[in-house]
Amino acid sequence: MHPITVTVNGKPHELTVEARRTLADMLRHDLGYTGTHLGCEHGICGACTVLLDGVPVRACLVFGVQADGAQVRTVEGLAGENDELSDLQQAFSDHHALQCGFCTPGFLMLAEAYLAEPAARTMTETEARELTASNLCRCTGYQGIVDAILATAEERARNRGRERT
Amino acid sequence: MTGNWTGQAINRKEDRRMLLGRARFVADMDRPGLLHAAFVRSPLAAATINTIGTREARSARGVAAVFTAKDLGDPYLFATLERDEFVPTRMPILAQDRVRFCGEPVALVIADDPYRAEDAAELVELDCDELTSSDPLHVAAPDNCLVDLVMFGDDRLPAIFGQAPVTIHATFRSARVAALPLEGRACLAEWDYRDDQLVLHVSTQVPHQVRSGVAQALGMPEHAVRVIAPDVGGGFGLKCVVGREEVAVAAAARQLRKPVRWVEDRQENLTASFHGHEQRYTITAAFGTDGIINGLDAEIECDTGAYSAFPFTCAVEPLMAASELPGIYRVPAYRARGRAMASAKPPTAPYRGVSRPQLVLVMERLMEKAAEQLGLDPLDVRRRNMIGTADFPYTGVNGITYDEGSYGESLDLAERLTKPWRAEIAELRENGNLAGIGFACFSERTAYGTPTMSQRRMRMTPGYDTAMVRMDPTGEVIVTTGTCGHGQGHETTFAQIVADRLGVHPSQVRLRQGDTDLAAYGWGTWGSRSVVIGGGAAARAADQVAHRLREIAAHLLEADQKDIELSDGSARIRGDEQAAIPISELAWTAHFQAHKTPHHETAGLQATASYDPPGTFSNACHVAMVVLDTGTGATRLRRYLVVEDCGVVINPLVVEGQVRGGVAQGVAAALTERLVYDQDGQPLSGTLMDYLAPTAAELCPVGIEHLETPSRHSETGAKGMGEGGLIGAPAAVLNAINDALSGTSIRFDHIPVLPQDLLAMLAGDTPCTP
Repeated sequence: MHPITVTVNGKPHELTVEARRTLADMLRHDLGYTGTHLGCEHGICGACTVLLDGVPVRACLVFGVQADGAQVRTVEGLAGENDELSDLQQAFSDHHALQCGFCTPGFLMLAEAYLAEPAARTMTETEARELTASNLCRCTGYQGIVDAILATAEERARNRGRERT
Repeated sequence: MTGNWTGQAINRKEDRRMLLGRARFVADMDRPGLLHAAFVRSPLAAATINTIGTREARSARGVAAVFTAKDLGDPYLFATLERDEFVPTRMPILAQDRVRFCGEPVALVIADDPYRAEDAAELVELDCDELTSSDPLHVAAPDNCLVDLVMFGDDRLPAIFGQAPVTIHATFRSARVAALPLEGRACLAEWDYRDDQLVLHVSTQVPHQVRSGVAQALGMPEHAVRVIAPDVGGGFGLKCVVGREEVAVAAAARQLRKPVRWVEDRQENLTASFHGHEQRYTITAAFGTDGIINGLDAEIECDTGAYSAFPFTCAVEPLMAASELPGIYRVPAYRARGRAMASAKPPTAPYRGVSRPQLVLVMERLMEKAAEQLGLDPLDVRRRNMIGTADFPYTGVNGITYDEGSYGESLDLAERLTKPWRAEIAELRENGNLAGIGFACFSERTAYGTPTMSQRRMRMTPGYDTAMVRMDPTGEVIVTTGTCGHGQGHETTFAQIVADRLGVHPSQVRLRQGDTDLAAYGWGTWGSRSVVIGGGAAARAADQVAHRLREIAAHLLEADQKDIELSDGSARIRGDEQAAIPISELAWTAHFQAHKTPHHETAGLQATASYDPPGTFSNACHVAMVVLDTGTGATRLRRYLVVEDCGVVINPLVVEGQVRGGVAQGVAAALTERLVYDQDGQPLSGTLMDYLAPTAAELCPVGIEHLETPSRHSETGAKGMGEGGLIGAPAAVLNAINDALSGTSIRFDHIPVLPQDLLAMLAGDTPCTP
């Protein structure tokens, strides 16, 4: 067992974990962040995507001990006060980007990381589709997800433009 | 109906908790002292079991128990048809003497931690003797044939084939595929001492059938079992049958009197759950010189795996295929033989579409082949054979009555909208590309009630459903149903239906589903049945509550009940702006001032209603455009259009989501997905690196146009539409591939068309032999 310190969605946690425990299981079952889902446990589906020091990772392919000292962001950290949906979350609802909702947290975290990059300001439909192709969804055919990510990118770019002027 | 929420694209009520990461799937639940299950599975496809050594596993760290079939009393699931042509099979919860596919569970290890449960499972020693592939799977079926049915024979057929100007002989094949919900199967079983009840939280589409299966397998009265489906991460038919693992975990929790959870991993899901769609059609079809089909003969063989799944049986695919093959075309003479063949693979479940992706592919390929041989326009050949608008209701050679649809209209519109694609294809071809367009016209029978289902003669015949609508003292509404949505947005669409009947806002209507203690016996969600049957039952129950509201309002307003309308949260006298009572006030009065209401002994505001319609047909025309990459052999989907008609649309957002998701699965079935087994029955597609589900990069935007032909066999006018996307896409994509190859002699009649298939054919440029 290994003692580690990890900050999840801004909240520090101290715990001891087995070396073999995945970050996903640690988040879900040791710390209670069950919004991160496991769809394949071999790094393909991306349902378990979380941000590790700002970078999207498959939490099923990272060990909990590797997150020692790191900042982790999960789907539970996206909403504002009183569970106010973020613009990205709202766009997912508006564009019907989710059906069963199992893959949704992974797509949200994947998009959240990309949207923070400067390249997202000029995102094209092709780029949104390429990004979305990182993860698997079995319900939607992806169109709603692509549209939601694209709409959020455009809205944020517009807001940046407005702030400047 | 009084409101106008039907047809509105309102955002789903389900979304919020899912977007916040606050949904509750089985794997998210926790219990003090929760134990974890891991199954020991057969490494061989066919073997007799000598011994199962569990001593070492039992003493491993953290292990609470190890169960074999003997420890559980050898329980089994048994599904059967009341037909002589059917050979029933018992599916043991854990294999005792014999294993019939690689991955079959033989022992169950329970430990205090899932990692330790898996560690200990590796310590179980299985001593068995391998059998050869020539050994039949079941003693009662020496030829491995579990169903052999000849339907609709016609004495005229030999003469029709003898005299036909054009006779087409062809074989069509589709690969074994996985439904692949992103959440695999999962269950948590616990003993409730207070209610003296075994409580199962299961990722299922059919909570009541899980209850029946567990009760039958474990010899318990049904009331002693409560099944709750929390949030379910997709099903697609995989979860509309009862898994032996669910029964095993229930049995373990019952014995241990402790909570036990099992969460299927992806390898188990791909190799040991349920599969579907492995079919072969050997077809003879006669056409006249005018392109009219005169006769059709079909030999249909479905590889249904090792056992019949509960409760549908392995007959679900061959029966569907044989009875519905003619589809939207007027076939005057028809014979079909449908067989279910047992094999050393996992059993099949009714995966989305159930034989219809295949039978539509067969009919749409036949129309193309006839047109090609006769030098006719393939769309005109379809039009000449289609059931016409004036023909409805049309009873086919298969005895099925088709209600009103827009078969011709949907094709006309699709043809018109895709005209620009043809110019694009011509240009691509001029530049040396292989590009093509493919059509698929079809209907989708939905909402099978018991009158229709009874023709299959299942021992447990599904079809009806029951809903209860209750208005509480604050005027808010709770609806309970036996249907069990798992991504289809029922919490939203059912609320829209009920809100319209009661004159309230959909946000005031809450759906409670997926709990056998809350709802009357129901049949869950599959077969595109829920909005028609469950929604229809809810509409009927809501009408009764609305009637009671009007009765109370009329009494209080001293008006005639006929003049009361419910809308925008109030009961008002039609034509009188002033005279109105808020519905919440009526609700208060009904509960707390019952003595002021007429017929005061009709306490409260609730009603229960059932619905059991004969079924209704939605229809669609799909068009795909593809470009073939002659370097890699890959088929690139360039454009896709769906013109669909599901009657009254309750929520366009939800309908379009269902269509697009289905199309994605259908495109994948046509191009990438297949479960491969080697000659020894070893699965070779055990990961998502081997089983290629589509990503956004393989798909393109799907355009959707709606036509609306309401159904008279539906309380709301809505028709089911959960499967059509997957039903039409394989045929449309396959036709597009063949159109792209129209300048060659290559034709494909199987799915998936893999890059290696295309490269091999292009290298030899020889006709494809199935």
